[in-house]
Amino acid sequence: MNNLAERAAPRPWLVLALLLAAALVAMALFMTLNARGSWDFVLPFRGRKLWALVLVAYAIAVSTVLFQTVTENRILTPAIMGFDFLYQFVQTGLVFILGGFAYATLDPMLRFGGDVLVMVGLATLLFRWLFGTGARSLHLLVLVGIVFGVLFRSLSGLMQRLIDPNEFVVLQDALFASFNTVPPELLLVATGLIVAASLIALPLLSRLDVLLLGRDTATNLGVDHRRTVALVLVVVAVLISVSTALVGPVLFFGLLVANLAYLAMPGYRHIEVLPAAVLIGVVGLVGGQAGPEHVFGYNTALAIIIEFVGGVTFLVLLLRKAPR
Amino acid sequence: MANGLKLAAAALGVLVLAAVSLFIGVSDVSLASLLSSAPDDRPVQVLLISRIPRTIALVLAGMALSVAGLIMQMLARNRFVEPSTAGTVESASLGLLTVTLLAPDMPLMGKMLVAALFALAGTALFMQLLRAVPLRSALVVPLVGIMLGGVIWAVTQFFAYRFDLLQTLGAWTIGDFSGVIRGRYELLWLAAALTLVAYVAADRFTVAGLGEAFTTNLGLNYRRVLTLGLSIVALVTAVVVVTAGSIPFLGLIVPNLVSAVMGDNMRRSIPWIALTGAAMVLVCDIIGRVIRFPYEIPIGTVFGVVGSAIFLWLLLRRREQLG
Repeated sequence: MNNLAERAAPRPWLVLALLLAAALVAMALFMTLNARGSWDFVLPFRGRKLWALVLVAYAIAVSTVLFQTVTENRILTPAIMGFDFLYQFVQTGLVFILGGFAYATLDPMLRFGGDVLVMVGLATLLFRWLFGTGARSLHLLVLVGIVFGVLFRSLSGLMQRLIDPNEFVVLQDALFASFNTVPPELLLVATGLIVAASLIALPLLSRLDVLLLGRDTATNLGVDHRRTVALVLVVVAVLISVSTALVGPVLFFGLLVANLAYLAMPGYRHIEVLPAAVLIGVVGLVGGQAGPEHVFGYNTALAIIIEFVGGVTFLVLLLRKAPR
Repeated sequence: MANGLKLAAAALGVLVLAAVSLFIGVSDVSLASLLSSAPDDRPVQVLLISRIPRTIALVLAGMALSVAGLIMQMLARNRFVEPSTAGTVESASLGLLTVTLLAPDMPLMGKMLVAALFALAGTALFMQLLRAVPLRSALVVPLVGIMLGGVIWAVTQFFAYRFDLLQTLGAWTIGDFSGVIRGRYELLWLAAALTLVAYVAADRFTVAGLGEAFTTNLGLNYRRVLTLGLSIVALVTAVVVVTAGSIPFLGLIVPNLVSAVMGDNMRRSIPWIALTGAAMVLVCDIIGRVIRFPYEIPIGTVFGVVGSAIFLWLLLRRREQLG
């Protein structure tokens, strides 16, 4: 299989260079398309948006690929497992418990950090519960994940209606940050978290390649499976928190990006797949945002299109062959 | 006749819940205020115009959706199928959106029928998909349905977004009975009639669930039974979506809970399923009205929590049995 894969993609670095070029073109288009007025205003304004988009693309792509490696499949993603909604649930829960005023007056760093910490704990618990006790049907996990998503969303909805309208306004600010209104300090915190998560993940990459051989083989080869999975989960939870805080739940984007990256990099090595996934994510998100926003004049359409294409992809993946 | 007695007791329980539902609300309606006021006074009018229609709507919707879920489960031969995991609800919403855009002046009945046609088409597409693929696991079936629903939903959202109807779309997806008053729920009687038809035809659905060859062998027209069943499901879904909005997973969990206690004799369990469904909807609506009094929480949100929690329990419990 490895020989075949290497024949199919003889020069992974060439593919990466092409993807990088495409990503750069998309970014350039995003910065300059239809720019009217003073560059002093346009460049910082769009620069912030671009920064947020790149962060989100990075977070979603990396978290999905890592999660799929750990769970040994190509269908399950953190978003489909309801992790995005779990993050919103954590935020709502904190406002619910602390009260809107206390939550709003917390230092943004501390607040975001608290959200992320609770998120890491809950995600790890959920993961241990579902994946901890041996082999399990993949379909069951997907279905359970989807229903968990509904549960978290409904619980958040319920709590949002239970809290005071004034406190709800606080929450709304936290939940519905859009690219146009991302505050600079949130961007800084998000960048810091992503760098930290990446630093944890970087030394794991070669071990993750071994993990692709399956749990038993990996253990046999000397990989501490439990520890590696726990670390990866922390990274995934942090990345999901960042992306959800910046754009809200995005159900299928990770699935699309990860599977495109596997197609582009049939060598399966993380050092190749991860950059490819990130670059594809940037092309998709920045290019997609530059396209609809400037050409058609609206941007919600992007989320809807992703949902449509992602849903069809998921159906095809589900029905085409027995998933691993 | 122990079953008959138990059934009567359960019906009495539903009646008690319905009575409780009648007397909850901001406006003062109690036995005392009803007796002491004239027919044109506020308490009587509130009772007649708002409370009674709402309670009836709750009972009818709960019964009809639960039985519709059971029919789908028989026909698709899968325990985890129901209108919201088969693309039916999303298709009905798409139909409703289409008719709202193209013929906004059409009477409610006409809109409902268009929505039902779309729901039927969507459900038929789902059944066709199931036939086309060799299935490896029973859990693939609801997954396919949920994803198909997601795709149809994306299309619906796209048009709603283009024509500024996203908010209206929200009203169809999150079930809410607070807007139900006299003159705005009567379509649900149609759903009740369909539930009765389902009861009469129960044995046919059981047979159809055993497969086309088997059904034909017994002298039944398989396609006709299938069409009848899917039409009932589509019409019930459309009626509920039009009048109150969808209630996720209701049709899934009620038949499963009843079958866990009673087994799978469909004709015997249909009355139980109808009563349990009505009771569940009543209880969740009452919770939604009491938990943040005097404000209301839509039943779709309350049931989203209750329903998905029970669904999870069903899924994970089943696994432990297998393992």
